[in-house]
Amino acid sequence: MTELLTAVSIGAGNGSVYALLALGFVIIYKAMSVISFAQPAFMLSGAVLVSHLSPRMGFVAAVVVGTIAIAVVALVVERVAVRPMVGKAVFVIAIITIGIDIVVRVVAGAFVGVDPRTIGDPWGLDVTTIGGVQVQHRHIAAFVVTGLVVALLFAFFRFTRMGLAMRATALDQEAAMAQGVDVGRVFAVSWALAGALAAIAGVFASAGNPIDQNLWIIALTALPVIILGGLDSLGGAVLGGLVIGIVQAVVSTYHSTWFPFLDTNSGAIVPYVLMLLVLLVRPQGLFGTKEVERV
Amino acid sequence: MLAVNNLEVVYDDVVVALRGVSIEVPDGRIVALLGANGAGKSSLLRSLSGLLDVHHGEIRKGGITLDGESVDSLRPAQLAKRGIKHVLEGRRIFKELTVEENLRVGAHAAPRDAGDNMTRVFDLFPRLVERRQQTAGYLSGGEQQMLAIGRALMSGPRYLLLDEPSLGLAPRVVGQIRDIIVEINSQGTGVLLVEQNATMALSIAHHGYVMETGRVVMDRPASELLADDDVREFYLGIGGDEERTSFRDVKHYRRRKRWAS
Ligand SMILES: Nc1ncnc2c1ncn2[C@@H]1O[C@H](COP(=O)(O)OP(=O)(O)OP(=O)(O)O)[C@@H](O)[C@H]1O
Ligand SMILES: [Mg+2]
Repeated sequence: MTELLTAVSIGAGNGSVYALLALGFVIIYKAMSVISFAQPAFMLSGAVLVSHLSPRMGFVAAVVVGTIAIAVVALVVERVAVRPMVGKAVFVIAIITIGIDIVVRVVAGAFVGVDPRTIGDPWGLDVTTIGGVQVQHRHIAAFVVTGLVVALLFAFFRFTRMGLAMRATALDQEAAMAQGVDVGRVFAVSWALAGALAAIAGVFASAGNPIDQNLWIIALTALPVIILGGLDSLGGAVLGGLVIGIVQAVVSTYHSTWFPFLDTNSGAIVPYVLMLLVLLVRPQGLFGTKEVERV
Repeated sequence: MLAVNNLEVVYDDVVVALRGVSIEVPDGRIVALLGANGAGKSSLLRSLSGLLDVHHGEIRKGGITLDGESVDSLRPAQLAKRGIKHVLEGRRIFKELTVEENLRVGAHAAPRDAGDNMTRVFDLFPRLVERRQQTAGYLSGGEQQMLAIGRALMSGPRYLLLDEPSLGLAPRVVGQIRDIIVEINSQGTGVLLVEQNATMALSIAHHGYVMETGRVVMDRPASELLADDDVREFYLGIGGDEERTSFRDVKHYRRRKRWAS
């Protein structure tokens, strides 16, 4: 039982990272109907930038500054490389975002260096025992911070002028324009938000370990997450992230008992298997709008 | 004054929708714009609100001026700020947002006056008050049209461009919409009213234009249009004895008849 609960706590921590990344994908998708494959690069850049900043200004300040900086980078990238392509076929734009991802990742990778870098987080691999269950601090932190970020995001979309304009644009772009909404600004803000979310995800994905050049592979797990949750659903992104994180951690923990005949850990395929199962029952994902999947 | 001068509009570089259209919308007046399907009415409104681009349309010749200043290169957001608000054909409310959220989006171009304008809109449409927190998609057709108009009024526009507000509504509701347009106009907003329902439009308009295949074919005070035999026959369905596809046909037919008699 404690083994299971430990697995769940790991899953909630990893799932939080997936949720943050998935939120970024969904926000951009809702604004432009495009899946941006540049998210992994912003994730890696965020982690690398924080690792350089934290010796100078301390970890918390480094995360705040790093997140804002990556948001600005994403905003500039959108303006320079994506905006001129608006109006082109959706897959053309998606391929352009793959190009952006590679360029940004190469640049960020240059700052990783040969020695192992850490983001300078205070948690390391420390553990607290709650009711006999060992829970890692970094997983608690990821979960709590993600909860806070999600609450802020929902408040932004509910109460602010820009947030409301973004929801309106997602529902009917022309009608939103007729109200005076500047759709270009909606695109820019959606990229900035997605960049910031990816940077925070990068921080938690690197907590406790040296930064890995292959960190971005984690970001790809956000793809089955958004399909599972529903491409246009913010709530679906959060829940999908947590569900996939937890199931993955549980399967990884019991792997050798359940699948003794498999050498490689089956945890890696969990997101895709879950995605397929959900799609068989609900083609629009758990919380997605019906029309969306027809686009 | 909002003025369109000799405007030529083309979609996808090939489809010519407007061929040299000139109209004027003076402040505080109601101007009716009539015409059969495909005459170019919506295209004209899109030119005024900057929404041609969304449809891959562009202005080829001519221009639009607001108080003498050229505004045809402005973006929709800028035009909304200058007080030109377009209520799209088919209402196009944000169905998944609440009534109040729809109105708040309508205030996007003038956030500071949102409070006052919300009060004004609720005065005009008391029915929306009760449904404030309701999801807009569940409103009736008439209520959705009221919400669409109310949303446009949320930034206190100088000119309201209405694209077929009576479309698909019951006669009683059409009457309510007509009264509301008069009320909005009496509060000082200029209205450009595109309508298939010519009787309704001409009964409240000061001036009227009739369009056909991208051209203005009549430009008269509304009362004269309402009295004009050709207009009555073709648009009001009074006196015609044959199905006709074009206003011009009516004219030729009548001319021939007059000439022959
Ligand atoms: N998005 C578009 N792309 C290409 N052609 C278009 C587009 N919108 C309109 N047109 C064409 O432009 C012409 C004028 O259309 P418009 O919609 O302005 O007419 P309308 O008077 O509003 O008609 P209706 O009464 O049917 O609304 C038509 O020939 C139409 O086919
Ligand atoms: Mg039309």
